[in-house]
Amino acid sequence: MIRTLVRQVGEALVTPMLPADVLDMVAPLRAGADLRGRVVAVVPETADATTVWIRPGRDWRPHTPGQYIRIGFDVDGVRSWRAYSLTSEVAHPQGLLAITVKAIPDGTVSTHVVRELRPGTLVHLDQATGEFTLPRARPAKALFVTAGSGVTPVMGMLRNHLDELDDVVVVHSAPSRDDVIFGEQLREWALQGRLRLVERHTDRDGILEPQHLDELVPDWRGREAWACGPTGLLDAFEEAYAAAGLGAQLHTERFRPVVVAEGEGGTVRFNRQGKEVDADGATPILDAGEGAGVLMPSGCRMGICFGCVAPLTDGAVRDLRDGRLTVAAEGDRIPVQTCVSAAAGTCSIDL
Amino acid sequence: MTATAEKFDLTIDGSGAGTPSAPTTTRKPESRLSAVTTQRRHVAKPSGKPDPTAHLSAEDVEALGVELDALRQEVLASRGAGDAAYIRKVIDVQRKLELGSRAVLLFSLFPPAWFVGTVGLSVAKIIENMEIGHNVMHGQWDWMRDPRIHSTAWEWDNASPSEFWKHSHNELHHTFTNVIGRDNDLGYGIMRVDEDQKWYPSYLAQPLLNFVNMCIFEYGIAAYDLELGAYLQGRGKDKETFRRDAKKVVFKIGRQVRKDYILHPLLSGPSFLHTMAANGVANFVRNVWTHSVIMCGHFPDGVETFAKSSIEGETRGEWYLRQMIGSANISGSKAMHFMTGNLSHQIEHHLFPDLPSNRYAEIAPRIREICERYGLSYTTGPLPKQVASAWKQVLVLALPNPEPGRSRVGIAAEAVGKRVRRRLRRAPVAAR
Repeated sequence: MIRTLVRQVGEALVTPMLPADVLDMVAPLRAGADLRGRVVAVVPETADATTVWIRPGRDWRPHTPGQYIRIGFDVDGVRSWRAYSLTSEVAHPQGLLAITVKAIPDGTVSTHVVRELRPGTLVHLDQATGEFTLPRARPAKALFVTAGSGVTPVMGMLRNHLDELDDVVVVHSAPSRDDVIFGEQLREWALQGRLRLVERHTDRDGILEPQHLDELVPDWRGREAWACGPTGLLDAFEEAYAAAGLGAQLHTERFRPVVVAEGEGGTVRFNRQGKEVDADGATPILDAGEGAGVLMPSGCRMGICFGCVAPLTDGAVRDLRDGRLTVAAEGDRIPVQTCVSAAAGTCSIDL
Repeated sequence: MTATAEKFDLTIDGSGAGTPSAPTTTRKPESRLSAVTTQRRHVAKPSGKPDPTAHLSAEDVEALGVELDALRQEVLASRGAGDAAYIRKVIDVQRKLELGSRAVLLFSLFPPAWFVGTVGLSVAKIIENMEIGHNVMHGQWDWMRDPRIHSTAWEWDNASPSEFWKHSHNELHHTFTNVIGRDNDLGYGIMRVDEDQKWYPSYLAQPLLNFVNMCIFEYGIAAYDLELGAYLQGRGKDKETFRRDAKKVVFKIGRQVRKDYILHPLLSGPSFLHTMAANGVANFVRNVWTHSVIMCGHFPDGVETFAKSSIEGETRGEWYLRQMIGSANISGSKAMHFMTGNLSHQIEHHLFPDLPSNRYAEIAPRIREICERYGLSYTTGPLPKQVASAWKQVLVLALPNPEPGRSRVGIAAEAVGKRVRRRLRRAPVAAR
């Protein structure tokens, strides 16, 4: 009752600002704020992978190891959201959380995080999510198959649950010894006899394939398995497990890199109004939508008034003025000007 | 073989997937999306003024469009973290200034506090309306994808709700700039600021009207964005739409008034009346300042207007052309540019209304050079001169255009006389 009154008075005092706008200036991580985090430390893991330690806002809910978060960085001034696995302990003494990011060529966000991110930066967070976790009844024997940065969710599980697991084998593939993310920690655990580590270096051993399992982990059939890595690797392992009749024993995590079927024109879906229309690469989405009877907000029809802006939730659109491509990743809602944007492959507009 | 396994990343990082490819030239001709201009045409206005762009060929106009598109592209390509930091800083400083000034005004019973708080609040309101509100609502900062600083979400400290302002300003004014009969900003529908607008005796009152509008400008904007005038004359929105819109405006005004004239004064306790007065003065100062700056954008001498049918099938190049010669700048210091929300770079703003305002200054010399090269006017001058020029238009054009052998005053007197006689003749009939 009093809280509501205080809130209402606060709103009335600062309108048209919101009380949150005022509070954000001094306490962006407070309870009740949009979920954010402050970068506390940036620690290199390998030449191109970095762990970012983040103090989350007060509303952060503890995650389950193996889960990922969506995190928004301002890269060159543009808020860009990506998903990264949490690699930290759930009960971190300072309440921090960590993600581990590997820079990929042409990856603007990952490159930014690895090369440019500095402590003190404010980042934007979503609560943790994902099904790639250990069951309550811990498996007697576990096998983790990882490649590249696919080790990150597994690291999240191991850091939290290694003591609860009696028999662990980690098969990890990376180009070379120096490229193994968390190599030092994994090797230390192996030395202590807490897990068995099988390192495969593609420079020397070639790509990891399912048939190698018989040799590397002879008892793999008797192990509950978790795999995370490139799509090709996961496809191959799923196929092999299914062929062996062990499909239910394998859990995989696919962080799909956004593969946009990019082209000139394509099908435009208008999610809310349930309409689909094919448009060529020269037709503004606004025209295509109107032609199909979709209720479209509109304005100047030349790209200056922003009266036609609608969220792109999937796929890609191309700016007809300069050819610039805007791509929506999963969970994105990127406002685009429909009057100067044409479909660049199949795309979805939230109208 | 070896590298391929690692080329992919497990994180969702779409930037690698969507590599921008070269611009395509698949634009529809004969639209403002197309720079292709194949023929020149000029629709004369009633005054018969010569075409100020008659010396340009269709190729020239097309080249102009291409050149300006390239300039826009250059700024877009260099837009980045520095620009984002700029607007965030401006918003942060403005909010601190406003909140600080309001805190000082809690003690406005003391004259120094009243003075400091009022000056601070006036400046804060001006920045909020111009460099922040106007520009954010233009979509100049939408590219940051920050939902808090976005044209679809921003609400400003002004009587007019952003929703209506965006429609009348971004859509109507910026698309149909200075087109007589299409651009309501040309005299706001209540004044005659161009000799090609038809004169009526009621325009005789426009100097007074403009003065009153200046004093209460935010409410003038609200009425204008609501299209109140057109509705009252029976040629606007339907009744239901108008009622719904009017309700929103009244609600917004209510919130604004409650904040400035009730709640903050109440918080000030014994300083109630002083704080109320301070808020009134701050709103007044903001009204006068914004009105003056905005008048300089399109009213001063040297600014061109266009006949209604001249924009049929207008191409991008022609649209650019209209924006360049239909707007006027204000010259002055960096501080002045900032306090006008960079609307002092009105020509640059009208060419590229969605470019971040902090970048207008750097392209201004190049736009000026382009204007010179194409033999086009680039109207600019110091603030007092431009304000005076705009007021002169308001005063002079309150009177009809002179005709051979007849002065402005003479024609006006005759028209008024006619109207009075007609009234007098009708009056006894009505009385019976």
